[in-house]
Amino acid sequence: MSVSSSSHHSDHSYILNSPGAMASRQRSSLRGTSSLSPVAPDQQYLSISVTDPVKLGMGVQAYISYRVTTKTNMEDYRGVEKMVIRRYSDFAWLHERLSEKYKGIFIPPLPEKSAVEKFRFSAEFIEVRRRALDVFLHRIASHPQLRFSEDLRNFLQADEEIWAMERARSQEGTLFKKKPSDFMQIFKDVQSKVSDVVLGKEKPLEESNPDYEKLKHYILELEEHLGESQKQAFRVVKRHRGQALSEFGRAVKSLGDCEGGSLGKAFSGLGGRSEFLSYKLQNQAQDLLMNFEEPLKEYMRTVQSIKVVMGDRAQAFRQQQELSEATKLKEINLEKLRLVRPDRVAEAEIELREMRVQCDEATRRFEEIVKRMQKELVRFQEDKTHDLGLAFHDFAEGQAQLANDTADAWRTLLPDLESWSQVAENNGI
Amino acid sequence: MMNFEGGDSMESVNLDPGQQAYDYRSALSGTSLSGETHPLALSQEDFSLKEAHDPYVNSEEKSSIRNTGVDIAVEPPSYADAIFTPYMGGSGSLQELGGSSRSLYSSNGSVEFITITVNHPQKEQENGSSLVPGANTFFTYLIITQTNMPEYGGTDFTVRRRFRDVVALADRLAEAFRGYFIPPRPDKSIVESQVMHKLEFIEQRRLSLEKYLGRLANHPVLRKSEELRIFLQSQGKLPLTPSIDMASRMLDGAAQLPRQLFGESSVMIPQEASQPAKGGRDLVRLFKEMKQSFTNDWGSAKPLVVEEDKEFLEKKEKLQDLEHELNEASQQAELLVKAQQEDGEVVGELGLALIKLAKFEIEEATQSAQKVHALDLKRIATAAVKASRFYREANAHVQDHLHEYLGMMQAVHAAFYDRSNALLTLQTLLSDLSSMNNRVEKLSAASSKVFGGDKSRNRKIEELKESIKVTTEACELSQKEYDQIKERNRAEFNRFESERQRDFFYMLKGFIHTQVGYAEKIAHVWKKVADEANESPNKALDLPISGSVAIS
Repeated sequence: MSVSSSSHHSDHSYILNSPGAMASRQRSSLRGTSSLSPVAPDQQYLSISVTDPVKLGMGVQAYISYRVTTKTNMEDYRGVEKMVIRRYSDFAWLHERLSEKYKGIFIPPLPEKSAVEKFRFSAEFIEVRRRALDVFLHRIASHPQLRFSEDLRNFLQADEEIWAMERARSQEGTLFKKKPSDFMQIFKDVQSKVSDVVLGKEKPLEESNPDYEKLKHYILELEEHLGESQKQAFRVVKRHRGQALSEFGRAVKSLGDCEGGSLGKAFSGLGGRSEFLSYKLQNQAQDLLMNFEEPLKEYMRTVQSIKVVMGDRAQAFRQQQELSEATKLKEINLEKLRLVRPDRVAEAEIELREMRVQCDEATRRFEEIVKRMQKELVRFQEDKTHDLGLAFHDFAEGQAQLANDTADAWRTLLPDLESWSQVAENNGI
Repeated sequence: MMNFEGGDSMESVNLDPGQQAYDYRSALSGTSLSGETHPLALSQEDFSLKEAHDPYVNSEEKSSIRNTGVDIAVEPPSYADAIFTPYMGGSGSLQELGGSSRSLYSSNGSVEFITITVNHPQKEQENGSSLVPGANTFFTYLIITQTNMPEYGGTDFTVRRRFRDVVALADRLAEAFRGYFIPPRPDKSIVESQVMHKLEFIEQRRLSLEKYLGRLANHPVLRKSEELRIFLQSQGKLPLTPSIDMASRMLDGAAQLPRQLFGESSVMIPQEASQPAKGGRDLVRLFKEMKQSFTNDWGSAKPLVVEEDKEFLEKKEKLQDLEHELNEASQQAELLVKAQQEDGEVVGELGLALIKLAKFEIEEATQSAQKVHALDLKRIATAAVKASRFYREANAHVQDHLHEYLGMMQAVHAAFYDRSNALLTLQTLLSDLSSMNNRVEKLSAASSKVFGGDKSRNRKIEELKESIKVTTEACELSQKEYDQIKERNRAEFNRFESERQRDFFYMLKGFIHTQVGYAEKIAHVWKKVADEANESPNKALDLPISGSVAIS
């Protein structure tokens, strides 16, 4: 498999180098010894490719492994070029880690997890998946924040044994660690104590933000339209693979053989052209699948990842609301305690302080998500406009090319047809 | 300069904003009989292959494809423009087998022509009889003939005929022209499978009648037949008796039967004898011929006359092979047409889905780049819908050509059947003759042994000799008939062969020209839109992205 560089990604370099990208750079502790020296932001590159799928394992446990090659001059990476072997579940791990750590960011989507059993190892399925994984990593590498992720670095660099250990460790972590963090515990405790009657007002569980509402509707409707378009694109691909034209060609050729003479040649010519065009259609189908249907699918998945972020935002909002109310409760309580039970005041003050910290934390998280979403949406629209624009344009070009080839193929038959019919006439028939 | 609002120079597809379902199929299938402008109806810009709008319009106007100025003017002339009309013009399918005929050279060298058109179907009522109103209605068709053939004694004729008359014509021709490849007439039955609009059916019938008469006019022998001339000329009721239906034939036959069985000499007219045994009318003869054919097939003795013509047998076999292949190809052509129509529909449905996406994005666009691209998408989607129409049209007639030839094969079969029937009749008569001669011998031998002669036997001998005389005459006629049929077969073979070659080439050229034409049209549609889109990506990046983002 060649190094992929699908048409609808080749122009992504502009995002890589955009000025806004270098805003937040995390410096993390270095794992290895030899790391690269700092490079000026506009000269940084991080180029990743996914290639060479190989089937490993036996029977039920068989799986596909991919070669992931990284070329970079970024700090914190050990060396300019590195190659590792990863499988789908490794990519899934990376995706989950990023989703946990970067709330508010639209994590690039993975290709579908499962497939109908018998297609799981078909050449086409493997290639489509490889492509999608390549796109996945490319998008992460182009993302102004995600590209600095430590998990990404580990994914791209860790040698096999280290990688296995790393995965095992993080697996454990998630088992014992309560998602998402400690303050959730407090939140849960508090939730049961809050009552509407005490506070005297409605518990707002959702943002009442008209612009955000509009956005939500937009996303949902977009999902619908993309879904429908993708479905139709799939059908078009399928039609291109139909056999009717080649079967027709075969039958006409056979007719030609039976006829013999000039007329026979004419029929054979017709049959041959039909078969040729059928072959062209098959190729076109392949092209359509990769450069038209797949981008649509990818954006469908991206929209779904946006929905996940929307869910995260809603959750963050709720938490913030709950905690803010809990804080108010505690304040009220504190005042009561000052009057009634002064001995408890100190303790209560400490609790209140802690609660306030948690509340601020929740507010910060929520606002961070909101801010990130805003930027992400701009980026999303730009990417979508560009990528889908390219995909649709290529589609139109492809169809034009196909139609032209078809016209040419038929047209070239005409002079022969003319001369054959002349021969037939001349033979005094 | 990119015009954001009315940027598309192509016709815009007006979708009913309330239209919810992505149901392209239902969008297209509404035949324009309802007359309302359908959102996806063909516009001025496109070819308009009018469907069965108006069956009462003159056929020659109807089914031609008009090339009404998709702007190809600036492009070099393509096949699409130059060749379209001739291959699709006239009343459909093979131009020369349509309403108008080819000119043939008459014996004195001048060019003869005859042109027949079928139009203006109209409903008529059978006279008197019925108590139920609306019963016994039938359709008649106006048949206009133009000719310079001397036999017609005139140049223009107009008559009204009903389908029953056509059946009568066909039957009479079949009787009178045994051995010729007589074009098959249109079917009697209405298409069972679909619920066809009466109007559609009438239109189909009109067309098939025109084609049929055209083929008759094309046939060098049949065009000069009395039967055809009477059909085309005689005003009022058609003076060609149709074949009597089976029931009355059976009665006829049954009435004759006792006489034959009880020994009265069958007063058989030799001429009748040489004609094929008609179902029911001559049961005894039918049984005899059946018996003979069994003898031919299973008996040990060789019949007295056999099909010896090797050339004929070879040709017959070759034709059978050909028919088999034609059948196969015809079926595949049918499947191909169906597949390509479905392809077109799918592309159209994609177009519709993309139009909806584009419209949505245009409405919701917050940045100009988005809007530009969404407009591009709309153009592309519209192109898809347009292209899909072309797919549909391109293949409307392909399988007709092959089907027509399968119809002609029927005619060939019928002619071969005539021949084998004639042979069978001859064989039967000859074996009759031979057995009668044997009996005479035996009776004579027996009679001579009786002293003074055997009166009864002698009488029988006399009777037999009479029969023998009649039968011998019949044999001669039958032999003549058979020879004539053989000769006709042979002549028809050659004619058929050369016409077939010519027609097939014509059909192939037509098919290919059509394919080229439509492929060019489709390519043009896509290229135009791809080129327009080419301009925009650069523009989009140049335009400043608006600062206000309407989302928080």
